Parts: sequence; structure tokens; C-alpha cells
Amino acid sequence: MDQLLTLLGYEFVQNAIAAGAVIAIVSGVVSRFVVARNMAFAVHALSELGFTGAAGFILLRLSPVFGLLAGSAITAVFIGTLGVRARGRDVVVGVVMAFGLGLGVLFITLYKGYANQAFAILFGTITGVSRGDVLLLVGIGVFTLAALAAVYRPLTFATVDPEVAEARGVPVGALAVVFLLIMASAVAEAIQVVGVLLILTLLITPGAAAERLTPRPGAAIIWSVAIALFCVLGGILLSLVTNAPVSVFVTSLSFACYLVARFVAGPRRRELRAVRAGAGDEGRPAAITAR
Amino acid sequence: MTDPAVRFERVTLDYGTRRIWSDLSLDIAPGAFVAILGPNGSGKTSLLRAILGLVAPSSGRIAVLGHPPRRGDPGIGYVPQHSSFDAELPFRGRDLVQLGVDGHRWGIGLPNASVRAQVDRALASVDAAHYADAPIGRLSGGEQQRLRIAQALVGDPALLLCDEPLANLDLRYQQTITDLVAAWRQRTGGTVLFVTHDVNPVLRLVDKVLFVVNGRWDAGTPDEVLTSERMSALYRSHVDVVRVHGRILVVGESTEAGFNLDEPHHVPVAVEHETPR
Repeated sequence: MDQLLTLLGYEFVQNAIAAGAVIAIVSGVVSRFVVARNMAFAVHALSELGFTGAAGFILLRLSPVFGLLAGSAITAVFIGTLGVRARGRDVVVGVVMAFGLGLGVLFITLYKGYANQAFAILFGTITGVSRGDVLLLVGIGVFTLAALAAVYRPLTFATVDPEVAEARGVPVGALAVVFLLIMASAVAEAIQVVGVLLILTLLITPGAAAERLTPRPGAAIIWSVAIALFCVLGGILLSLVTNAPVSVFVTSLSFACYLVARFVAGPRRRELRAVRAGAGDEGRPAAITAR
Repeated sequence: MTDPAVRFERVTLDYGTRRIWSDLSLDIAPGAFVAILGPNGSGKTSLLRAILGLVAPSSGRIAVLGHPPRRGDPGIGYVPQHSSFDAELPFRGRDLVQLGVDGHRWGIGLPNASVRAQVDRALASVDAAHYADAPIGRLSGGEQQRLRIAQALVGDPALLLCDEPLANLDLRYQQTITDLVAAWRQRTGGTVLFVTHDVNPVLRLVDKVLFVVNGRWDAGTPDEVLTSERMSALYRSHVDVVRVHGRILVVGESTEAGFNLDEPHHVPVAVEHETPR
């Protein structure tokens, strides 16, 4: 405990915690939509091509964070414009991802002494962020959340009920591209903690665990953020104490959250609801809550 | 004289290079219940999409509630073709209905007592209040369809477009949904366009049918249009229209390729109906 308090006094630890908290909030909110829109594969593509962007920027001696952002944003535009319809989307994602990752290989080959930075991008660097990085990550995070708040209702409409949304004048196709861009910046953020390869642990798992815990869309987002915060902050602290990489703990904690939500907490909460619903209306709720 | 709720003037609609229907002229009076019939792929859904302003006709003019079709027209309520929800989706019936109130608006939308009251009224009007808080993906098709009706009607439209709202429902729920639509029309004097492959569940409500086959169309009262002569002319093939126990069956000849109607399910659907004793 004393050791932990000492560690919390270090600036690099404070930086990691501040950045981690912002990243967890962004990831938690965005992952709800990623799960509802069934876009796990697209997240992975944005992440891997974020790596290409970062490798390219390192080669040009520019900030890798902006490289991540540029790589995933360009990918988002490609996927969004080439594959608006859900059925063709995975195919387009695969096509774009394969080419982009090839470029990434080229960039790291051209760069002398890439190994450390490439490893950091692949597996996360959160305990190495500077005060300046924190401000940058907070800025990107605030911008992402503001964009998501602005499109929250029509995006929800387009996600859950696209036919009626279109009939009500919601720009369903344009929102798909906007959401890909929001995803791109969330990906650039989450890569700081868990790296390119483990991105899904922050952009899928919290949202997937949350939907087992509540039928309310707003509450699901709050659960998702809470789970992401627990995983990121818990992962940073455990990593400080043990010296093992942060991503090891984040992935373990988020997997544990999913299992608990799915097999323990979720079923129990659902039973409770069944009892409550049954109190007012006999004969009906069994069909609704069971299964 | 009042304007028609929907007016088609010599409207032709193409989808890519395919002509869906041509030269459709039709006035639908306010308060009318119109059944849109025809085989699959005959452009019934496209007709609704044209009214919603989602596809533009290649020629001719459409007027909806006195103006050209426009996207997001608040005067129109829309019940789409059956689509299911993921069982784990954290979304409740009341959330679906609320989308009909403010889902198209920007921003987050803070909790609002008047919106909530509006949603509650719509839920009560379709008798869905007792399951409005359950996850929507775990409701039966009939329960979901009642929520769809509430969602379409919550904004107080003048025109209700329903696309196969009875598909995938058992007889009891077909009756429930039909009654809800009928009660709404009675109460508000609204106009209903009802796409269906079987006219029988709504026969007692229908003022007019529009029957579309391979780009040709015919319209009028059920008694005028649903006759062997008019149907044979429309299908350009020998078709019998049979009335049994107050039901109308459109039956094609059996040929080597099956039936000469490309919608043989007219027959099994009719067979499934119970005859009143």
C-alpha cells in the first residue's frame, strides 16, 4: 500500500491515470455503439491501419499519436464511402485492411531503429505518456464525446431501427461515416493503453458486458464506462505494482467483467426484473423475461 | 373539395434499368383505407418509399398531404416490413416508441416529462404498457408489432403507411394489429395505406385496393377489382377469383412450371384460415 502511495506521487503515474481515465470514458461510450452496430471487424481494421499511420509519421519524424489518428481516420473514410451497406461492409474492411497493413510493413522496414516504438504502438504505452500527451489525449477525448453527443439520438435511431430512421429523414448513410470517424478517434485513444493488437478489449468488451446488465440504453452506456474505467485504472495500478505490461491486466480484467456480467450478475438482475414485472401483471411476463 | 391525402399523376418508377410500374394515376381520399396488393417484387414497398420521398419517380407527379413528398415528413407514420431486434440489445419498447417522437433530433435529449407522457399515451393506446420496460429483442413478433404501431402513431400523423404489418403474425395478432389500425383511423380520420399479400384480414376495412402486377396496376373497390375478369386482365393469364365464407381467394391455373401466378402462397394462406361456424 505504501509502495502504491509512493508511486502515485510520481508525475508519470499521474499522467498515466489522467490519460487512462479519459480514454476509458471515451472507449466505454463508443463501445456501446460498436457492439450495437456489430462493427468489431471495422474496429480492428481502424486499429491496424492506425498502426500504419503511426509508423508513417514516425518515419517522417512526426507525432505517432497524430499518425494513429490520421491512419484510422483515412481508413474510416475509405470504409465509409466504399461500404455503406452492412452486407458488403466486412468485405470492404478486409480489402482496405490488407492493403493498409502492407503499407505499415513498408514504413517500419524503411525506418531505422523502429523496434521500440513499434512495439509500444502494438502493445500500449500508457505509462510512458508525457504531460503534453495527456493534454492531447484529453483534447481528442472531449472532441470525440462532443461529436457523439451531437449525433446521439439520430445515431441511436439509425442503429436500432434504420428503416424508420430513414423514413423520418435521418441521414443514415452520412451517420455511418460520421460514426466511423468517431470510432477512429476512439481507436487512436484506446491504442495508448492496450495497443493496436488488443484494441477490442476496450472497444468491444465493456459494451458487450454492459448489455447483459440492463435493458435501458442510457444505463448500458453508464455500465460500459464504469467497466472500462475499472479495467484501465485497475490495469495501470496492477502494472505499477507488478511491473508486467498494462495491457495484460486490462485484457484480463475486462474478460473477467464480461464473464461476471454474462453468467453471474446479468442472469441475477434479469430474475429480479422478472419478479418485479410479475408483481403487477399475472400471466404475461414469463414470455418476456424468460429465456 | 378537399385535397386527396395522396395523389399520383401519371407516375412511372424505375429501379436502375428496371421499370417497376408505369403511368400510375390514383387519388386517395383523406380517411380512406387502401390495401396495396400484388405479388412479391411488384414494387409495393417502392410505392411507399416514393410517398416517403426516399425514391423519386422517373416521370409524373406525386403529392402527399398537399405537397411534394419530402423526407422526414412529420405527417406520415411508417410501419416497416418485419425486422427483428437482437435479443441482448439494451433497448426497451418505450425507447422504440420514443424514437418516433424525437429520434430524428440532434443531441442527447434530456429526460422530458411531456415526451414521457406522450410515449405513455401511445403505449397505452396499443395496450403495450405492461411490457414497455422489457428488452425489445425478447418480445414476440406480435408484441413488437404493437410497439411499431405505437411508434408510427405517436407523432400524430395524418397518413399511416404499413408495409406487410401482418407478415409473421398468427391469426390472433393479425386481428389485434388490424383492430388497432382501424381504431386509430376511426378516432382521427387518418388515411391508411396498407401493403399486404393477403387482403382477407383487412377486407372489412378496405375502401379501395391497388393491385400491382409486373408494372401494370388496377385500382377500385374490392368488389370492382377483385373479379376474375379484372384479375385475368391484370395478370394477362387465366385467374379465378373465388369468394368462400366471406373470403376472397385469387387462384391461378396450375401449369408445368407450378402456378401461373408467381404468388402461389395465396392458396396455402387461404387454406390456413379457419372458417367461421
